[in-house]
Amino acid sequence: MSNLELSGIDRAAIGANSAPSAQSGNSALAPTAANRKLGARGLQLLSWLAPMVLVIIWEWLAQAGWLSPQVLPAPSKVIRTAFKLATTGTLLNDLVVSLLRAAAGFAIGTAVGGGLGILVGFSRIAEGLIDRSVQMIRAVPFLAVLPLVIVWLGVGETQKIFLVALGVTFPIYINTVLGIRQVDPKLLELGRVQGLSSLQQIRRIILPGALPSILTGVRYALATAWLALVVAETIGAQSGIGFLAMDAREFLRTDVIVLTIVIYALIGVTADGIARFLERRLLAWHPNYGAAR
Amino acid sequence: MNAHVAPLSAALFETGPAVVVSNLVRRYGSRVVIEKLNLRIERGEFVALLGESGCGKTTLLRALAGLDPIQGGRIVAPRRPAVVFQEHRLLPWDSLWRNVSLGLQVPDARERAAEALTEVGLGDRLDDWPRNLSGGQAQRVALARALVQQPELLLLDEPFAALDALTRIRMHELVRELVANHQPGVLLVTHDVDEAIALADRILVMRNGAIAFEHRAARNGSTPISRSELLGELGVDSHSTH
Ligand SMILES: Nc1ncnc2c1ncn2[C@@H]1O[C@H](COP(=O)(O)OP(=O)(O)OP(=O)(O)O)[C@@H](O)[C@H]1O
Ligand SMILES: [Mg+2]
Repeated sequence: MSNLELSGIDRAAIGANSAPSAQSGNSALAPTAANRKLGARGLQLLSWLAPMVLVIIWEWLAQAGWLSPQVLPAPSKVIRTAFKLATTGTLLNDLVVSLLRAAAGFAIGTAVGGGLGILVGFSRIAEGLIDRSVQMIRAVPFLAVLPLVIVWLGVGETQKIFLVALGVTFPIYINTVLGIRQVDPKLLELGRVQGLSSLQQIRRIILPGALPSILTGVRYALATAWLALVVAETIGAQSGIGFLAMDAREFLRTDVIVLTIVIYALIGVTADGIARFLERRLLAWHPNYGAAR
Repeated sequence: MNAHVAPLSAALFETGPAVVVSNLVRRYGSRVVIEKLNLRIERGEFVALLGESGCGKTTLLRALAGLDPIQGGRIVAPRRPAVVFQEHRLLPWDSLWRNVSLGLQVPDARERAAEALTEVGLGDRLDDWPRNLSGGQAQRVALARALVQQPELLLLDEPFAALDALTRIRMHELVRELVANHQPGVLLVTHDVDEAIALADRILVMRNGAIAFEHRAARNGSTPISRSELLGELGVDSHSTH
């Protein structure tokens, strides 16, 4: 129950810089008359209509000379730049560098947040020792510590990975603890009645019960990881998508800048898609995620 | 009744009761709920436990299940009892056969679960999710999960209370059949006097923390206990209600 509320909050938080939420996706639409007439596919096509029109208007304004290329280059120009950078420039290399940073930070943050979350979720003693400190650190917007991180770690790879990991740790931690605590005590009691060992209790009841909440944390963490990476790469990077953008700023190459923004957006959408795929696969049993059978 | 043929291993231990409770005391803080309660249930015997709300029926059942500590007396049972609760308590993330085999430590768990599910009429739903079941079907799975453990004592805490009248009657037939096949001792907690009369070999009424009334079901033509007599034991003046 509160799981749902939580994911609602998370979606609102993610919404600003990431993919459309599940509600606006293709599935859960009421069987209205329009729905029946168009079908799910028709509605999905319809939802792409407005963005397409916007891009066409944008292109037209740029072609007609109403938009200065210095302000906003035409979409066709951005696409041409993308091809050029991909074939002759360092675009692919920068993309890989950025993805590796995000992946490393995400892995570390997940391990730390998940590990602490499991400890605190299971043990009241661990909660007493750890939880207050984590909650206090969490109260600080993690980007506010950036100057300190730069003093500590400079502007190299470590700083970037650290920042991503920091952003990832808290959503994973909080949702892991919450998930474990939310497991229905009646099911734990059932486990005892059926004679499960502690290990079996964890494997068969506690972890599956906590999984929806943990995956919500993963989804949220993906968005934070991405935000952290953008900020970290904007400061003193020598490679990566953020570096590309900063470099382009020096030369007023708005086409490259727009391209990097689009790339960030695409990767955000992809990450969210992966998270949603995981939810559908791992939570097939869950009425809110799985496909109905 | 006695023509039942048990497997050899079970036959060796076929003697002795399913559970013996002597001088059981159970308190919550200073409130005594069960006071010097004695009870003995034989294997294959179906016992129904009645009593007004809050008299301690669930408390007794939980103590028998080993879910709560007891403050006095003894409970002797050969093996861990199986329990069916009022809610089905199926794990929503496990398929039906995984639910039924929960805690079963055998290599052929799936086959055993399949047999049990077939027994309750759901043999074709092995890989289905619990959320696709009706209330009565879910409770049948819970029964299968209890019986697959081959319990010597089966504890049922108002397992049919949430079902509609028709489903409940079907469930009565099913339970009677299953108990006849598996021959566990059964303690059925219920509010339904008719349910108790229909199913039980012996009807107990709990009052003031102990068994206050006991009735052995009529066999071979002797007159069965009347509904109004039982309702009287439960403190209900049946003439004014019916
Ligand atoms: N966890 C608890 N802490 C304190 N008192 C409790 C607790 N559980 C039950 N009791 C009390 O013990 C008494 C017996 O409760 P119990 O649940 O066994 O009744 P019951 O006979 O099963 O009632 P019902 O028919 O309504 O289910 C009640 O007075 C109840 O308030
Ligand atoms: Mg009760």
